[in-house]
Amino acid sequence: MTTTTDIARADVCVVAIAECFRGDGEIFGSPMGTVPTIGARLARATFEPDLVLSDGESLLFEGTHQLGVKRDEFAAVGWIPFRAVLDVLASGRRHVVMGPVQIDRYGNANISAIGDWARPKRQVLGARGGPGNTVNHTTSYWVPRHAKRVFTPSVDMVSCVGHDRAAELGAAARFHEVRRVVSNLGVFDFVSADGGPATMRLASAHPGVTVDEIADNTGFPLVVPDDVPETRSPTADELRLIREVIDPRGLRLREVPA
Amino acid sequence: MADKRMTADEVVDRLDDGMTVGIGGWGSRRKPMALVRAILRSPLRGLTIVAYGGPDIGLLARAGKADKIVYAFVSLDSIPLEPNFRHVRENGLVDAVEYDEGMFLSGLRAAAYRLPFLPTRAGLGSDIPVVSPHLRTVTSPYDDGERLIAMPALRLDAALVHANVADEKGNAALTGPDQYMDELFCLAADKAYVSAERVVGSDELRKEAGCVHTLVLHRYMTAGVVEAPHGAHFTECPPEYGRDEAFQKAYATAAGDPARWAAFEERFLKTADEAAYQAEVAKFREEDGR
Repeated sequence: MTTTTDIARADVCVVAIAECFRGDGEIFGSPMGTVPTIGARLARATFEPDLVLSDGESLLFEGTHQLGVKRDEFAAVGWIPFRAVLDVLASGRRHVVMGPVQIDRYGNANISAIGDWARPKRQVLGARGGPGNTVNHTTSYWVPRHAKRVFTPSVDMVSCVGHDRAAELGAAARFHEVRRVVSNLGVFDFVSADGGPATMRLASAHPGVTVDEIADNTGFPLVVPDDVPETRSPTADELRLIREVIDPRGLRLREVPA
Repeated sequence: MADKRMTADEVVDRLDDGMTVGIGGWGSRRKPMALVRAILRSPLRGLTIVAYGGPDIGLLARAGKADKIVYAFVSLDSIPLEPNFRHVRENGLVDAVEYDEGMFLSGLRAAAYRLPFLPTRAGLGSDIPVVSPHLRTVTSPYDDGERLIAMPALRLDAALVHANVADEKGNAALTGPDQYMDELFCLAADKAYVSAERVVGSDELRKEAGCVHTLVLHRYMTAGVVEAPHGAHFTECPPEYGRDEAFQKAYATAAGDPARWAAFEERFLKTADEAAYQAEVAKFREEDGR
């Protein structure tokens, strides 16, 4: 019998990412990175069986697979090269989980460059698909190390559109939905306090994490309800799937140390 | 029918200073590196490079061949951040135009269709139009009246792509799991040059292609064909070979330190020709114990 003391923080994060996909139905889920990939596979193996997933490159596959297994071993049912991904994302049938280097209270996120864009202090990836993802379909974020330098008052380059920018766009942003942020400390969603643009709210704190710890590591004021729930822990079946089927090598534990 | 076979250096002879050159592939995947290396050996300067960027952009910008880079990202994939791209950006050595991946695709399509622009929702609300003030919007002439970004055509003077197999007339097959935007790069360019792992007779091409769906580069798109075995090295070229991760790691490590970078350039990039480069890579593999 698995007890709660066995549950690693990484396992909680995986379940929190899986929960981001709840209710999505038959769309293309695009998790970027280790914990999001495990989370998406867990969601499909349990409560979101219709979710469509790829090998992270160009093939859609069915079944629940171990992380890192070569695509030759998948039962491929579709071909989705990068060009097709760009077409599908414009059609809206997609939910992406990206990893921002900066994110603000409205959910504007930066994956391009830190500092002045013209001559950055630190050049990162470039905008990649961030601008198109965020105006076309549901987007969530994964932050493995929750810190003030990530949760910043404003981001240096808005490469992914947040709720205030979307509100300014009006009808052009009708497909915008920045849904949730999951970090190693908690889960965050976005609510409008007074009819204004939605801002980040602490939706749940992971087991063993205090509200103060989260606030101290966040560079802007969060909406904090009077009663902050605890992020749910994996069920016994979910733990089995994570540990024995999807990530037996424990790659999630490298991304989120216990 | 014209025999379009030529050497990598002959391709470079057909390029001029200041040209806008599109490069196919994606990140550190199926890049026409033999052609990139030929540019590095040449006196060519002042290029604008347009690419879903990997070491092509890193190398050409670091070497001072590219004054301007147009990209949506620059990455080595298994090493997320391209160190030479970081070097030129963080030291302000290059003009940069950064688009969203979908905007970039719209720009290629516009150029391929000979349109001035294509409308796209991507980029709205982001800082892309802020850092690229040349971007304009258009308003839908239909009842919806939606305002969209008018992504300008990414017209290219030349395109460089790498294929798995080609014939001497300029037909080629991309047999890997992703063809990226390579034939759009060719259609968007005045002249496109294809390097290939093998150049075979036209009757052999279909057999080598494996499936007709891989035969996406057609001779009316391509002005020159270069036989370049391992021509995508150190990027991947599936199903022929994977990325040379050890070499890529050596590249990335060297790029982070001026003295080591000078040594890397001396050994691998200032070789007499592509054959000398490949011989040096073979030696590297032996030293690496593989």
